[in-house]
Amino acid sequence: MRHIISLLMENEAGALSRVSGLFSQRGYNIESLTVAATDDPTLSRMTVVTKGNDASIEQIVKQLNKLIDVVKVMELSDYPHIEREMMFVKIRADSNEVCAAIKLNVDIFRARIIDVTKKMYTIEVTGSPEKLDAFLNALKDNTIIEVVRTGAMGIPRGSASLTI
Amino acid sequence: MKLSGAEIFIECLKAEKVDTIFGYPGGAVLFLYDELYKAENRGDLRHILARHEQGAVHAAEGYAKSSDKVGVAIVTSGPGATNAVTGIADAYMDSVPLVVISGNVPKDLIGKDSFQEIDIVGITRPCVKHNFLVTCIEDIAPVMKKAFHIASTGRPGPVLVDIPKDLTNPAVKKIEFNYPKELVMRSYQPTLKGNKKQIKSAIKMIAEAKKPILYAGGGVITSNAHNELTEFGRLYNFPVTNTLMGLGCYPSNDQQFIGMLGMHGTVEANRAMHYADLIICVGARFDDRVTGDLKKFSPDAKVIHIDIDPASISKNRPAQNPIVGDVKEVLQSMLAEIKEQKIVPDKSAYDAWWSEIKEWQKLDCLAYEQDDKIIKAQYVVDMLCKVTNGDAFVASDVGQHQMFAAQYYRFNHPKRWINSGGLGTMGFGLPAAMGVQFANPDDTVACVTGDGSIQMCIQELGCSKQYGLPLNIINLNNGYLGMVRQWQEFFYEERYAMTYNQSLPDFVKLAEAYGHIGKRIDNPADVEDALREAVEDKKNLHFLDFVVEEQGNVYPMIPAGYGHNEMYLNKQDAIEDAIKKSKLLEND
Repeated sequence: MRHIISLLMENEAGALSRVSGLFSQRGYNIESLTVAATDDPTLSRMTVVTKGNDASIEQIVKQLNKLIDVVKVMELSDYPHIEREMMFVKIRADSNEVCAAIKLNVDIFRARIIDVTKKMYTIEVTGSPEKLDAFLNALKDNTIIEVVRTGAMGIPRGSASLTI
Repeated sequence: MKLSGAEIFIECLKAEKVDTIFGYPGGAVLFLYDELYKAENRGDLRHILARHEQGAVHAAEGYAKSSDKVGVAIVTSGPGATNAVTGIADAYMDSVPLVVISGNVPKDLIGKDSFQEIDIVGITRPCVKHNFLVTCIEDIAPVMKKAFHIASTGRPGPVLVDIPKDLTNPAVKKIEFNYPKELVMRSYQPTLKGNKKQIKSAIKMIAEAKKPILYAGGGVITSNAHNELTEFGRLYNFPVTNTLMGLGCYPSNDQQFIGMLGMHGTVEANRAMHYADLIICVGARFDDRVTGDLKKFSPDAKVIHIDIDPASISKNRPAQNPIVGDVKEVLQSMLAEIKEQKIVPDKSAYDAWWSEIKEWQKLDCLAYEQDDKIIKAQYVVDMLCKVTNGDAFVASDVGQHQMFAAQYYRFNHPKRWINSGGLGTMGFGLPAAMGVQFANPDDTVACVTGDGSIQMCIQELGCSKQYGLPLNIINLNNGYLGMVRQWQEFFYEERYAMTYNQSLPDFVKLAEAYGHIGKRIDNPADVEDALREAVEDKKNLHFLDFVVEEQGNVYPMIPAGYGHNEMYLNKQDAIEDAIKKSKLLEND
């Protein structure tokens, strides 16, 4: 089962490697991991997407909580939540026909073309990881040059929150 | 007054009331050693010079395990730090409160592959409770404060503090020294008190149990909860078993004590675990050497699990009733609750349960026969227990001798049994025994070891001599790496790959070369006298080289993948099992 875990941790050197190290040391999977400082510069917020059964997710959450730099952990999958991921796609667009087809998909997926050169389009798209997969799938007849994904980030809906 | 980083370091140690520090000098810690030298001359603290950084850290472990203090060790950068890693990992596995200070190259040389530079913070990350790279002189005091706090609270463990050399140099910078008084860490607040509801429901589970067992581990010792545990055990007449790490937390001469459990535990303890309907696990963690195959382990039992580390609960065996908290506080609340509720367990069920256990006890699974020719290792430990009245500190290395010591030395008090349980570090015994002796200078300290293990930190005989430690080294010399050989005998058709110890040194001469008393004993009749003579000599280290049975095995034994009701009690069981297995193969 796919799980999405959010954590707040001290914004200190080495904190990130403690978390990523934990996953490799204990043989847990990481599908994606994103991290950045929050509005409070002493805190970082991290979102980890992982796979495992309920018992192993319980262990992951406990082990994360045990790390001294980790302030709080929340298993977002336990709550109604919103999940988004951002992606850049660089794609060959060297004929009018191809450009039009791409433009159509960009409109359908509410993506944006953020860079245009003679032969290339660079597209920005935001959405759930499934939507991003679907977008790539829709473009599979084209020549995709480069894909950059941020990995998922999430936030609980309503008044539930991960704050200190 | 402004102080240099090195002076601040000493002030931090003083503020933490550190009186003994184990270590080995080197380039990156020269400024620290310069101040240690002055501090020693002022009588502020003493530095013990080990002969290898691994020895220094194990000694700090022995010191911490046999006292209520944090063990402190100091090593230099590069190889000094990497040599310390085994000791740090050992302390991590066995939850030993340790602060290890490593020097590093000056800050502007970090990352340049400088001489004796290594990323020790990175290397130790998976085997420390926490670690720090100090980046400015202002951080030395707050980091030291945090290090001692983290190491000694919650589930204790080792904390490494890596200090670049320039931060300790008085010519670079001096600042005012302020040691933080209070420390609140938003990211680290261990739960101490057990949840009231969980405690209430635990007592209900106990009241309903017909075959309960109290399974207590090292956490009881760490939390100084042996009195509470003993009271709790006696209140309900529970059968009590200890893990390897927990030996001594319940008196072994008590009628309710049914011995150690696990791979080399007693038949009665393992069968009681197997057939129990309720396991009350206190400060233990269902380690694989305890449970064997989890699928076969204690199939019908519900579990109440009390531990300060939530991650230890339901890690290997799901707990129906998890209670997170300090073992001592939880047991105190449980005792109070029990007295209030006046819950009486099912007396007739308990009687029936005990009569089952007594039947298993009749097998007398630890019995052995000592003839008048070849010394049995078991006999040596038995005699050691006798001549020390079961009251010595016993440090051990890792292997068969460790299991013999655990089985045959009857520990009645906590913190007397000092061994490497989690990591299983050969070479742990001698330096750990030194640390124990430093913490308990007037007590008898024995190191039970073997001809393989003792050679892994033999250099510490030098340190023992320098500080005049009257240790009793009990070398159970069978000429083999006995435990590995035992597995080869049972499971690798007696192909003894690399387990015969060729070219062993003359241990008597070796001990003498270091300035100690050495003695070789090969006659069973001489065992007791040699031990008595060594123990009674409070001035000298005695290295007793006991020539014991070459191919003796540790019984009982649960082979890997077997259930707790399928133990080998003797060689015959092992042989029959091998025949059975080969027949099964033929039939396939």
